[in-house]
Amino acid sequence: MPEIKNYTLNFGPQHPAAHGVLRLVLEMDGEVIERADPHIGLLHRATEKLAESKPYNQSIGYMDRLDYVSMMCNEHGYVLAIEKLLQLEVPIRGQYIRVMFDEITRILNHLMWIGTHALDVGAMTMFLYAFREREDLMDMYEAVSGARMHAGYYRPGGVARDLPDRMPLYEISKWRSKKDADRLNANRQSSLIDFIDDFCKRFPTYIDEYETLLTDNRIWKQRTVGIGVVSPERAYQLGFTGPMLRGSGIEWDLRKKQPYEVYAEMDFDIPVGTNGDSYDRYLVRIEEMRQSNRIIRQCVDWLRANPGLVLSDNHKVTPPRREEMKADMEGLIHHFKLFTEGYTLPAGEVYTAIEHPKGEFGVYLISDGSNKPYRLKIRAPGFAHLSSMNEMAKGHMLADVVAIIGTQDIVFGEIDR
Amino acid sequence: MKDIIATFVSYLPEWMQYFWPEWFQYLISNVVLALIILLPLFIVVAYYTFAERKVIGYMQIRVGPNRVGPKGLFQPFADMFKLMFKEIIIPTNANRYLFLIAPVLAFAPAMAAWAVIPFNDTLVFSDINAGLLYILAMTSLGVYGVIIAGWASNSKYALLGAMRSAAQIVAYEIAMGFALVGVLMAGGSLNLGDIVNSQAGSVYNWFFIPLFPLFMVYFIAGVAETNRAPFDVAEGESEIVAGFHVEYSGMTFAVFFLGEYANMILISLLTSLLFLGGWLSPFPSLMGDSILWLFLKTGFFMLLFLWFRATFPRYRYDQIMRLGWKVLIPVTIVWLLVEGIAVYYKVGPWFA
Repeated sequence: MPEIKNYTLNFGPQHPAAHGVLRLVLEMDGEVIERADPHIGLLHRATEKLAESKPYNQSIGYMDRLDYVSMMCNEHGYVLAIEKLLQLEVPIRGQYIRVMFDEITRILNHLMWIGTHALDVGAMTMFLYAFREREDLMDMYEAVSGARMHAGYYRPGGVARDLPDRMPLYEISKWRSKKDADRLNANRQSSLIDFIDDFCKRFPTYIDEYETLLTDNRIWKQRTVGIGVVSPERAYQLGFTGPMLRGSGIEWDLRKKQPYEVYAEMDFDIPVGTNGDSYDRYLVRIEEMRQSNRIIRQCVDWLRANPGLVLSDNHKVTPPRREEMKADMEGLIHHFKLFTEGYTLPAGEVYTAIEHPKGEFGVYLISDGSNKPYRLKIRAPGFAHLSSMNEMAKGHMLADVVAIIGTQDIVFGEIDR
Repeated sequence: MKDIIATFVSYLPEWMQYFWPEWFQYLISNVVLALIILLPLFIVVAYYTFAERKVIGYMQIRVGPNRVGPKGLFQPFADMFKLMFKEIIIPTNANRYLFLIAPVLAFAPAMAAWAVIPFNDTLVFSDINAGLLYILAMTSLGVYGVIIAGWASNSKYALLGAMRSAAQIVAYEIAMGFALVGVLMAGGSLNLGDIVNSQAGSVYNWFFIPLFPLFMVYFIAGVAETNRAPFDVAEGESEIVAGFHVEYSGMTFAVFFLGEYANMILISLLTSLLFLGGWLSPFPSLMGDSILWLFLKTGFFMLLFLWFRATFPRYRYDQIMRLGWKVLIPVTIVWLLVEGIAVYYKVGPWFA
């Protein structure tokens, strides 16, 4: 009788389903997982430490690169901390723009999630469908900030600039015929807000398309129902937040429970699951996309009707207008001070959290009164989710590990920071 | 072909005829005949890969390859040359001999199975009586290539792929075999040409009507046997990277690839031969029996392979086994019973 023993399988960091640089050491009995040990740190960029050596505003760009599929939400958490310590008021229009872009970002993130999750489970087409819509959302990012990914759009005191009155258009080139360009430009003819509105009208039918492909698909259900079940109690104990917690049936959403910005005025529902398995989390996220769409439409309506400031006029923190800087002594001083040494925060500490697409994204900031943070701690939702990997994967098969990585919606930028 | 060569030899001077003994003429004619079947097959395989990328591309609202040559039509050749010039890497501690023999073992049976395929009444390379058995034997040999590749690679991913593939093919071989038993009960022969001819008459005489469950089981088992989506756990891109051929590169990989696609075409062709009347015309008044009908039917099933891949998520390994053992095999057994009764009482136009 030969000796039978478990063997270890190195899953990643170079693996198509590793979502970046996840390294799982799997102890396996045949196909069945006995122990799943996630190893992290391969994408560590010392964001928190870097922030300690830079004036506050210069770290906004690092926040984009944390969870690099929901860029503006990361920025939001960070600027909210600064505003709270400064007790800085954000103009109401700025708040609406932030809420709108938070929700655009949520859709952006959930599209990425559904694309990669379905791809991991083997439904390749989903990935490209999701990216079709992401393209439009990226265009919104580009129109408002100039960058398609790492926007750097939120500032302490509001957002960098108001919504543009026109959308960038596709040009005819060797690779893009006039017909294609016209088709792409058809809904980009007027302002960004019209384009967003148009997208919101189209988007529900797109979600229906995804659901036709997956929701009632027998294989999809076989692969997700009952996989990675987390009970509500365990979800609390493991520090789950966001869709992972709501999938287990706990109605917890910071947008409702601790409303920030203008979420209190928004009309939306929180979807919750019942079984706490991958399929419920899938349904929760799908419904979240619909709810985000609803919020965006409300913001669009409000933003159309109410022009105004988008960035605080406290020029100790926000840059003065260009004309002011050129013509006015005080403006020049403000400008010079802000762009050389930045601004100082009163000594103290603050914790702010936002409902990031993946869960609670918290920023804990300690200021010693200087122009740089004394310490910046980021609470990334993915970190808590990943740490439950062993518990969720134990007893499942190798293919389920991939589905669990997908359902946890892991992005390594925020976990390793 | 043999006659042509014999005639050609008889015109040669006597001293040259010495170099053309009977057995050599026989060999030459067979090789030439085999090439007549295999060379078009290679072309079809090459363009099947291209069609796959294009069809799936359009299903996924993108264009697919369109850079190499007009409309991307030379893409398969670009791929081929790339693979030919790539280095064949043999992993350290791999069993060199088995590592290199495995692709051949996967490829050769896939080609050999084509020997007994009839393309119409007369066009068949080897018209043997046990054609169906021969095909079953050849297609199930291919799994040895997969298993040996997985074992010889000395990689855990490859070993997992090989294990999955072995279990899966055993399960589906049985379902497939039972489905074929139904066909031979209905056709009363193991010879593929005879099976097609026994479906002659009209569309209603084709076996897919009386044997509909077996028809479905056969095609599903065929998809599973060729390791295609949604049963592609042996490759399982997102789970075990590429499964059994994870360590293969260059031509060794290409040979696996060729074998897989040749098998897909073979399964499509067999499905149309066994269940859809092969070259028989569905509209005899419109157009008579022709090889074109066979190609049309085969093309439809080839398209289905691609369509599945663009639509379905992947089954988990144990779910595949459950589907095979608990659904497909019982279905075939029950239907064989039904069919047996129908044959005994000579029911309908099919078993009369």
